[in-house]
Amino acid sequence: MSVTTTVMAGNEAAATAAKLARVQVIAAYPITPQTSVVEQLSAWVESGELPAEFVTVESEHSALTVCITASTVGARVFTATSANGLAYMTEQVWWAAGARLPIVMCIANRAMAAPWNVLNDQQDSMSVRDAGWIQLYCRDNQEILDTTIQAYRIAEQLNVPVMVCYDGFLLSHTMMPVEIPAAETVDAFLPARVPLTIVDPADPRNIGPVTLADPRVDAQGVSCHGYMEIRALHHQAVLDALKVIPAVDAEWSEATGRAWGGLTWEHLLDDAEVVLVAAGSLGVQLTVAAEQLRERGLNVGVLGIRAYRPFPADALRGKLAGRRLVLVFDKALSYGNEGPICGDIKATMSGRPGAPTVFGAVCGLGGRDVSVEHLVDAALRAIADREDGVTDRPADWLNLHL
Amino acid sequence: MTKIIDLPDTHYVLPGNRACAGCGIGIGLRQITAALEGQMVMAVPASCLTVFGGMYPVSSVKVPWVNVAFPSTAAAASGLAAGLRAIGKADAMTVLAMAGDGGTGDIGIQALSGAAERNDDFIYLCYDNEAYMNTGTQRSGLTPSGARTTTTWSGKRENPKDLPAIMEAHNIPYVGSTSAVFPEDVYDKVAKARAIHGLRYIHMNTPCPSGWSFDPKDTVKLGKMAVDAGVVVLYEVVDGEFRLTGRSKALVKVGLRATVAEYVATQGRFKGMTAETTAAVQDWVDTRWARYVARDAS
Repeated sequence: MSVTTTVMAGNEAAATAAKLARVQVIAAYPITPQTSVVEQLSAWVESGELPAEFVTVESEHSALTVCITASTVGARVFTATSANGLAYMTEQVWWAAGARLPIVMCIANRAMAAPWNVLNDQQDSMSVRDAGWIQLYCRDNQEILDTTIQAYRIAEQLNVPVMVCYDGFLLSHTMMPVEIPAAETVDAFLPARVPLTIVDPADPRNIGPVTLADPRVDAQGVSCHGYMEIRALHHQAVLDALKVIPAVDAEWSEATGRAWGGLTWEHLLDDAEVVLVAAGSLGVQLTVAAEQLRERGLNVGVLGIRAYRPFPADALRGKLAGRRLVLVFDKALSYGNEGPICGDIKATMSGRPGAPTVFGAVCGLGGRDVSVEHLVDAALRAIADREDGVTDRPADWLNLHL
Repeated sequence: MTKIIDLPDTHYVLPGNRACAGCGIGIGLRQITAALEGQMVMAVPASCLTVFGGMYPVSSVKVPWVNVAFPSTAAAASGLAAGLRAIGKADAMTVLAMAGDGGTGDIGIQALSGAAERNDDFIYLCYDNEAYMNTGTQRSGLTPSGARTTTTWSGKRENPKDLPAIMEAHNIPYVGSTSAVFPEDVYDKVAKARAIHGLRYIHMNTPCPSGWSFDPKDTVKLGKMAVDAGVVVLYEVVDGEFRLTGRSKALVKVGLRATVAEYVATQGRFKGMTAETTAAVQDWVDTRWARYVARDAS
């Protein structure tokens, strides 16, 4: 089976993955830096290379709506967006998850307005982390392609939608070599979808009606779930992804020879006393920073977050317990609190045996440059604070000039 | 035109539902589902119709029904149509979007305009009860001038927006204006729309005893009076060809049979409406009626 390697941007990798997944309905609305994903898919649909319905909707709200109902009738669907586009479809982000539809959506991560800014941070997808989707963050363009295909397997097994998040411009518009698996390889890995919902006049169902707080009996006297039971089952399905994501990654590895670590990935972690943590391409920069810090005799390693939702709490506890210091870099912020990943790691480690000191750093908002030097300096500051006996401190803002 | 006695005896709408007494939706929905012979899937946003359909795990309607978010009805129907086409089941059922006046003309108009411009393949039926009735009678863009609502305590000051005209301006293949209280008119329009492809828009006036404040036994009487007064006009535009239908067509020869003053006197919502407002609405009705009659003749 033929594997080809092509130099391509992250957006093309995402589009290529959607095509390899044989998506049947695509609906999307242009927004920088996502736009070239759907331009590419539109061209393939128009040329007949991709036999799919492409609905040129009038907004992001409608883009996800089309995916929701097309998925409800059983089609495999795809969309992509960024920043304000994601915010505009937020109502439907919740709907897609609550309706338990296996939608895959790529997010080319971009800063939220106001003020306008089209450059990268991760505030957009972080802001909908609680909506009941699985969120996977990618390091490079190969991972975007592989993860988008994996996402359909995960979503369709659990009936939970998946966001494949990658850094706008840094990945979406940066060219790098990407290995494209053969169509037969992907077909064997990702069989046709078997839908859970039924839309059939011969078997009429009322899908997603008003549901009371408490269980309620149907016409045959059988007790059916109330809203809270439905939410508990949804939560369990997202938690089940903690097993499914690594299993799917392992199977992909057998098919293609590439694995991405499942829930998390690491670099120089084994003997590290100090662990640098981030999601997305920032993690790759951290590996360079860690190597430089090692040259200074500091035992520094990197832990990358691939699955942010579900939050890989057990995996992180296993990997972070006993370390001296964990420094978490967030390209997002919960205003008035701290970076979202930092807060989650603090909560996860709190009260655990061997819990490390956890510091946060905020960086790269609105595309602000993050260099390896910034990351090294931040790590040195954190290590110095820790040596001074500091165990808690406000987030360190990198490359900030107030 | 189908005679009322010849309408099919249908079973898609079950005898019990959660609508208010005298709600016009049920009269209309019986004919809508009958005209589609149940071979359909509905997209329904948050609205009185959601209540009509019942709460999980029971339903009052025996056709596939997909609940959707309030602003999303038309896009949801686009997605149903695209999905059915993608899986090879487009011919198995008609996609019917059905939303209220606020859900259509206010929060839903963007998605509807987009779908109409794309001429997506579904029927959009707006049941117009002339305010946000499900939340307790707040004014919508389709509430008539003079009507009191819980957000227009002294009566709305503006005339309603003309949604069928807005839809006609999208050059879609079918636009119909009907009333739930004329079952044969509803049936014929949905049946005709069913045979057409592309976006078909039907506007269905739907009297609401709770929101309009009248005795539930008078739903049909008031709905007919609205047509006799020219406040509601039954017509259709097929590929740009306009014609009056049913009772409105019959009124061309005899003239309007009720005045706005007589019509508003039947409903509590118009209590306190001034003579000036009534006269202004009468002028608005007369101008519109003359335009419809002229279009019908040409």
